[in-house]
Amino acid sequence: MAGLSITRPISALGQLTSSFVNGVGELTLFATGIFKRLRGGMPRRHVLIPILHEIGVRSVPVILVTGAFIGMVLAVQTYQQFKLMHMETRMGAIITMTLVAELGPVLAATMLAGRVGSAMAAELGTMRVTEQIHAITALGADPVRYLVVPRFLACVILIPMLTAIADAIGIFSGWLFSCVVLGVNSFQYWQFAEQFVTGWDVMAGLTKSVLFGCGIAIIACQQGFQCGAGAEGVGRAATQSFVLSFIAILGLDFLLNVVLNTTYYMIWPQAVSIATGGLG
Amino acid sequence: MTQSSSIVPAMKLSGISCVFGTQKVLWDVDLSIASGETVVIVGESGCGKSVTMKVMMQLIPQTSGELKWFGQDVGSMKPKQVLANRLRLGYLFQGAALFDSLTIFENVAFGLRHAGETDEDLIEQTVIGRLTEVGLSADIRFKRPSEISGGMQKRVGLARALALGPDVMFYDEPTTGLDPVNSRRIDDLIDSVRQSRGVTGIIVTHDLRTVQRVADRVVMFYPRAKLDDSESQVIFDGSPSELAESNDPKVREYIGDELTSGLLAA
Repeated sequence: MAGLSITRPISALGQLTSSFVNGVGELTLFATGIFKRLRGGMPRRHVLIPILHEIGVRSVPVILVTGAFIGMVLAVQTYQQFKLMHMETRMGAIITMTLVAELGPVLAATMLAGRVGSAMAAELGTMRVTEQIHAITALGADPVRYLVVPRFLACVILIPMLTAIADAIGIFSGWLFSCVVLGVNSFQYWQFAEQFVTGWDVMAGLTKSVLFGCGIAIIACQQGFQCGAGAEGVGRAATQSFVLSFIAILGLDFLLNVVLNTTYYMIWPQAVSIATGGLG
Repeated sequence: MTQSSSIVPAMKLSGISCVFGTQKVLWDVDLSIASGETVVIVGESGCGKSVTMKVMMQLIPQTSGELKWFGQDVGSMKPKQVLANRLRLGYLFQGAALFDSLTIFENVAFGLRHAGETDEDLIEQTVIGRLTEVGLSADIRFKRPSEISGGMQKRVGLARALALGPDVMFYDEPTTGLDPVNSRRIDDLIDSVRQSRGVTGIIVTHDLRTVQRVADRVVMFYPRAKLDDSESQVIFDGSPSELAESNDPKVREYIGDELTSGLLAA
């Protein structure tokens, strides 16, 4: 009995490790397949445009709401802390920097993983369950080229654009709440924002969102293609797509922060901070 | 038992096995299908008949064994050759598998467009021709699959498969879920496709009336899990009348006595 109780967790850990390695392997093979097909040229316009519309245009309302609330929440949160240090005029820097480099890309990607990723996984999963993916193969077409490549391109192109919209709306709503409701000086708000938020921060945020777009598209399409049978399988694919995308977004965000920050301080070792910079 | 003879069979399976996880669905299956014949594959649920057809179409890769299309080993073909040869094969899916985001026209035109056809007039003529061939009005082409009945969806599926002019047609449970009138209509279409085009037909079905109406040859599969390792998974291979006269208890259990007279009459 004692032997059993020891081996069971070890066995469970082994199974978990094995399924993790399998999952990563399948995802890598799927991603490799997409990149190989990208060399074969762009998808046809009549295939790509409806997908761009679905992923881009129809996500704008969600992104506007997300961006607006992130900006206002940041203003509310930072105001009390900065006011105690008599640094509320620097709120423009912290809100803009946080939005552009961190929260904008991460939260926009999270919202899009839910809205776009889950929908793609469910749509492709339903196509798999109803044999439409097999039908594409049977009619001489390549399902990855026809279904996945346009979705991948749409995510990679549009998620950074949607992130930029979320950032812009967030910056505007943060300014509106800080200056109109909380009474922060508008001129100083923008002055500090301009002083501390550099092109590098904007580039870093957009780089993140491009990679988040890649991750969301690959995970969602792979989950759809690997979907199990029936309505339960489709539901599970949609849920798994969101959960895995969210984990991927957080993991990628951490890795990119490490890489980008290291690179930044290698290039500009004398960079100043928001708290101490610009004094006098 | 008979094994149809032809110099170059349209399909040839040699020692085909298909294993999912630990489950042996197909094990060491040999089957040869001559050009021009109509073969109906029957057997109880889970015996691997649909998997066999999907392996023949290469929608599912076999775990081991050799598959030949028109005498050529599929395993030794390059992907482009597989694609080109697959255009000689048509497949009618059980649920029709129409693309629900496309119109009926776009569904039927799908294969043509992906085969590189760019002449829109020719595409339109072909689509209307195939819809008419399966007994549908050309006006239906503007509708979506969700706007037509199950029987009509099956016929659109057949029109889509025929649009590329295949040499071999696979029919996966073509009459399942259809009323007797639509079932007969689909069986008649299978027969007329064979008569008018000389297409080789491979049909998977549970419906023994389809066997009566269209089969030149019947192949019966048996679930691998219920057999000894030495036994073949193909438990019957012969004409419909030989099926009716078979004394094999497994065959008799499947066809039942009431259908025997119908098969003998066929």
